[in-house]
Amino acid sequence: MLRYLLGRLLTFVPTFIGVTIISFAFIRVLPGDPIIVMAGERGMSDERYAEMEQQFGFDRPLIVQYWDFLTGVLQGDLGQSYVTKRPVWDEFFSLFPATLELAFCAITIAILLGIPAGVIAAVNRGKFFDRALMSSALVGYSMPIFWWALLLIIIFSGNLGWTPVSGRIDLLYFFPDVTGFMLIDSLLSGQDGAFTSAVRHLILPSIVLATIPLAVIARQTRSAMLEVLGEDYIRTARAKGLTPPRVNGVHALRNAMIPVITVIGLSVGMLLAGAILTETIFSWPGIGKWMVDSIYRRDYPVVQGGLLLVALLVMVVNLIVDLLYGLINPKIRKR
Amino acid sequence: MADVSSSTNTTPTTTVRPGRFKEFWRYFRENRGAVIGFYVFIFFLIVAIFAPLIAPFEPSAQNRGATLVPPAWQDGGTWTYPLGTDPLGRDMLSRLIHGARYSFLVGTIVVILAATGGILTGLVAGFAPKWLDTIIMRVMDIILSIPSLLLALVLVAILGPSLLNAMIAIAIVLQPHYVRLTRAAVMTELSKDYVISARVAGAKLPRLMFITVLPNCLAPIIVQAALSFSNAILDVAALGFLGMGAQPPTPEWGTMLAESREFILRAWWVVTFPGLAILSTVLAINLMGDGLRDALDPKLKRS
Repeated sequence: MLRYLLGRLLTFVPTFIGVTIISFAFIRVLPGDPIIVMAGERGMSDERYAEMEQQFGFDRPLIVQYWDFLTGVLQGDLGQSYVTKRPVWDEFFSLFPATLELAFCAITIAILLGIPAGVIAAVNRGKFFDRALMSSALVGYSMPIFWWALLLIIIFSGNLGWTPVSGRIDLLYFFPDVTGFMLIDSLLSGQDGAFTSAVRHLILPSIVLATIPLAVIARQTRSAMLEVLGEDYIRTARAKGLTPPRVNGVHALRNAMIPVITVIGLSVGMLLAGAILTETIFSWPGIGKWMVDSIYRRDYPVVQGGLLLVALLVMVVNLIVDLLYGLINPKIRKR
Repeated sequence: MADVSSSTNTTPTTTVRPGRFKEFWRYFRENRGAVIGFYVFIFFLIVAIFAPLIAPFEPSAQNRGATLVPPAWQDGGTWTYPLGTDPLGRDMLSRLIHGARYSFLVGTIVVILAATGGILTGLVAGFAPKWLDTIIMRVMDIILSIPSLLLALVLVAILGPSLLNAMIAIAIVLQPHYVRLTRAAVMTELSKDYVISARVAGAKLPRLMFITVLPNCLAPIIVQAALSFSNAILDVAALGFLGMGAQPPTPEWGTMLAESREFILRAWWVVTFPGLAILSTVLAINLMGDGLRDALDPKLKRS
């Protein structure tokens, strides 16, 4: 097990270095001189240009610049945003809770609905429930979520007036950030209606973001269940006279969960990609919207640092999933 | 579908065993969803090919006297514009019909780019010495560790927003899946007797790669091609929606959605129809993909 763990950890290092190279290289090959962009329409004198070139270190050899970037990254220094002048690292962590809250609600919805749906479909294989659930799952899987979001806004915000269109909470409420999670902060603030407002803002974005993971989890649960249901030990359990809920829910589901857990872990990348669209549409102040805005504004240090941190996040989660998988399934770590 | 059948036909294995395509079709036909998906796909394909003949108007023809006309069946709608008009008075139906062309173009080109690059790299990785294989796979890991849409967005920001650049970006993002699949398939085939005998018979490396091994790795790759066709359509539409794909006035479905965003609460049709077009195309292709997988994967066949 230790060998598997070390081996897996070792592959992390080159991938990490690769990601730093990619995010470093992106800015250098982007068209347009970042200093000219910063100068804006007024332009700047040659002396000022040289001064700024020196300030940002663009006049030094690439390899030296990369080395500075890498050592900076390792010390948690990702540079400053051109627009807000704040450190990228601080910006990331002040916006991250918003994305985490959204993604957490989305994955919770996806798990709570997806696993039962998959189990019901597998148990009723070929029958009406199976067909209906799997057809819906395929529709969800094929859904352009940016359109799905607009459609939900038309129905629930426009026609029914149930939910707000954007943001995390009504402007009426103001309270300090304690945890950065709106649901918790609004409860802590003790203001009437603040929590309900936060929930109402969260519902549509969570549903939108949950759609594709939900479909993937339901499909994966069904196929894993079908595989397990054909095993001998399930027949034994049935022959022992156990009730179907016990056989399906306890004996089968437990073993079918292994691939499902992997899929849930791997859906982090999916959630972050989905967050880009969801947050943009619902003006949700999280990482996805931040990245898109920075790309529009050509705020290079933010694009560079954000890309690196997002990739790092996905890598760490994948690493954890792999390690857990090795822990659950001894066959893997022997390979 | 057309490219799938042709690629199955051109493999030497098929010429040796002519019954293979027939067998595939028998399994494929059993799956009702796949057949429906296939017909919808063909329908969209015909619409795309004959778009200029079918569409009642030019996609960019503006009628200033008829902006935001609702669909024909609603109050105020006319049959001149069956699906209504957009804020500039352009016929929605004509724009949707022309949009089909872009989606198919996007799907086809992205799949060709991603599959060619991915299969070649995968073959090299599968046959290469361990150090080269490790390097290739690490690079793929790096690409896969960045969420696909984010990577595509940044790539398009580098290359400049346009439909072509969006396609290149999506192809790069989708490529690692082909590399992994091909490499895994090659690895399983390499230890089999027929490869060893071909090698003993003196087959050179290119022959071993492309003629001996590759045809036997195609099944999962074909399924992946169907899946990435629909992924490509979705992702390019998403880039268009974010303003980083096709640029207005191109009647690309995602771009159409982006243009009409501010009218969502006033004119539901400008938002609903382009999305419905994306969803039905992608759904049809995914249904076909499921059918292909069931028909090509012998393990699932028996179950």
